[in-house]
Amino acid sequence: MIRGFFLLLFFQLAGEVLARGVSLPAPGPVVGLALLVVAMALWRAWRPYDDEALAASELGRAADGLLRSLSLFFVPAGVGVVQYLGLLQAQGAALAAALIVSTFVTLLATVGVFLLVKRLIGLRSEV
Amino acid sequence: MTPFRLWVYLQATPLFWLTATLGAYLIADRIALAARRHPVVNPVAIAIALVGTLLALTGTGYQTYFNGAQFVHFLLGPATVALAVPLYRNLELVKRNLLPMAAALIVGALVAIVSALIVARALGAPRAVLVSLAPTAGTAGVAMAVSETLGGAPPLTAVLVIATGILGAIMVTPLMNALGIRDYAARGFAVGLASHGIGTARAFAVDPIAGVFAGIAMGLNAVVTPAIIPALLPWLAG
Repeated sequence: MIRGFFLLLFFQLAGEVLARGVSLPAPGPVVGLALLVVAMALWRAWRPYDDEALAASELGRAADGLLRSLSLFFVPAGVGVVQYLGLLQAQGAALAAALIVSTFVTLLATVGVFLLVKRLIGLRSEV
Repeated sequence: MTPFRLWVYLQATPLFWLTATLGAYLIADRIALAARRHPVVNPVAIAIALVGTLLALTGTGYQTYFNGAQFVHFLLGPATVALAVPLYRNLELVKRNLLPMAAALIVGALVAIVSALIVARALGAPRAVLVSLAPTAGTAGVAMAVSETLGGAPPLTAVLVIATGILGAIMVTPLMNALGIRDYAARGFAVGLASHGIGTARAFAVDPIAGVFAGIAMGLNAVVTPAIIPALLPWLAG
């Protein structure tokens, strides 16, 4: 567990250093995600492992444990809404309408383009 | 110690609000489970409402609360890195879908920004609110940085980011089911793009493949949204 958690923190740190050091446009954790994918590919080339071994590894279990509780980690930032109740009342209607319409059409546009391009290049759907 | 003094002591410790955050989430998750994970019964929204109510009842400020809750907040970083594991396990599937993903990413990111600004502007929102609203499909950290650079209010952006996440997580399942879309790669990619991590959490709750593609979309949009907003704002926010 400690080793898995260490690896996740280590790659976040490496991502943070790289993102800020070379002013990459991506946030540190996203750069860390990309670095970890590359590291797992290199590791597999050096010492082959299969999916089951990955899932049972300390890294696999730490990642699975965190992703299972992903929703929880958004609660502290979300509670920040208590500071903006006044502003939300003043601009609430415009903001609510903008967010609802925008989220709805974004979902439609994204899924539509995804499926359209997939059909154009002749890929079968994964069900 | 009298009960009152004990409360005064506890209320200011990280321990109390950390425990309260986890407790509220467990209750919220239990409620979502009892509703058979119905999309409208969103555990993040319920937990926020529970904690918010507790803060109001006890007259506790957000800063005091966050001193305790920051330990939970911190885990967003390693959890984002952890998305590498399911992504790597499905790398072949991801590679086969590169072209649809690239096209959907560009169109989706543009639609998210343009549609939000057009609606809010038509309803008379001032420029500072428009700037705060523009980056909400991105992840919180990125969106706040964009908002700050361009003259918005970063904390308002953070709240709008969470709201966008909850809305997408609520809408995606009924919307995709109504359209008869069964491709979980496409469904996941859409909700990750529109609703970042909260959408990704919902996607993982529905289907592991959807979760993987949601995580990828979230990561990619965290790069694309900040890159295109400066070019779009002069047109859309006046």
